[in-house]
Amino acid sequence: MIKATVHVTIKQSVLDPQGNTVQGALHSMGFEEVNDVRIGKYMELSLDTTDKNEAEKRVTEMCEKLLANTVIEDYRFELN
Amino acid sequence: MNFAVLVFPGSNCDIDCYKAVEDTTEQSVEYVWHTATDLSKYDCIILPGGFSYGDYLRSGAISRFAPVMNEVVKAAEQGKYIIGICNGFQILLESGLLPGAMRINDTVKFRCHHSDLKVQNNTNPFTHEYKIGEVIDIPIAHMEGNYYCDETTLASLKTNNQIVFTYEGENPNGSVENIAGICNEKGNVLGMMPHPERAVHELLGSADGKKMFTSVLSAWREKNGVAIG
Repeated sequence: MIKATVHVTIKQSVLDPQGNTVQGALHSMGFEEVNDVRIGKYMELSLDTTDKNEAEKRVTEMCEKLLANTVIEDYRFELN
Repeated sequence: MNFAVLVFPGSNCDIDCYKAVEDTTEQSVEYVWHTATDLSKYDCIILPGGFSYGDYLRSGAISRFAPVMNEVVKAAEQGKYIIGICNGFQILLESGLLPGAMRINDTVKFRCHHSDLKVQNNTNPFTHEYKIGEVIDIPIAHMEGNYYCDETTLASLKTNNQIVFTYEGENPNGSVENIAGICNEKGNVLGMMPHPERAVHELLGSADGKKMFTSVLSAWREKNGVAIG
C-alpha cells in the first residue's frame, strides 16, 4: 500500500481571491508580517500498489486529468 | 428542431432552461440524463446551471467525465449548437470545448442579481438577433464566475472574435477583460455565466434573454432551409 499526499494550489501568476481575503484578515488581526497567502487543496490517496515508479506515473496522470486544473493550478505530491 | 437539456446530479436550472426553450421557441425539448450515450436526435444541447456532482473538487471537474460529455464533444464537432450556462459554462471549460478556467469571484461572494451585458459578437447562432453593442439585462447567480485565460489565449479570443458578451458597468466577478461569455472558433459552442433562461419574460424582470433562444431557432432554420411559420 502506498499513500499519496497531493497538494493543489493556484498558480503564482493567477489571482487567488480566497488567499487575498485571508491575508487581509491576518493583517487586520495584527499579523502584518504575512506577505502572501495562497489557499489550495490537500488530498490523501491510498493506492493499492507497492510499485513507487508506477504509482508516481499514475498519480501524475490523475493530477493532470482530474485533481488539478493545470490552466490555473499547480500540483505536487509525495508518496509514502 | 430538437433541443436537449442535460441533467447532471445537482443541476438545478434544468427546468428553467426547459421552460425557456418551450416558451420562446415552441420546439421539442427533452431532458437528457448525464449517463446518455446518444445525442444524435438533438440539434441544440443545453448544459444548465447548478452544482453538478456537488462541484466537489472544482466546478465542472467531475461532470466533464460524465458519459454524455463524449457525445457533447461529438455534437460540437458535428457543428451542432451547444450552450453552457453558468455551471454548464464551467463544464465546457473543464472539458476543453472552450479555453480558459474559472476562479472564485474576486469579491469572494456569491453574486445573484441582474447584470448588464454588452453584445460583442452577433455573428454566431446564439446572438445574431441582437445588435452589436446592444446592452441587455441578464441575471447572474454564481460564486465561481471569474473567467481566466492567459495572454496568448486572450489574444486568440480577440483575433477570432470569440468574446460574445462582456459585463457593462460593474464587473461582478473580476473576469479577464470583463468577459461574461465566449464561443469556440467555429462559433457553435457558447459558454456564459449569466442566465438567459431567467430573463424570458417581463414578469421575471427582463425579457432580454428571449432572443438567445429565438436566435438559435432561426439560425437552425436558415442552416437547414426550413421555412419559418
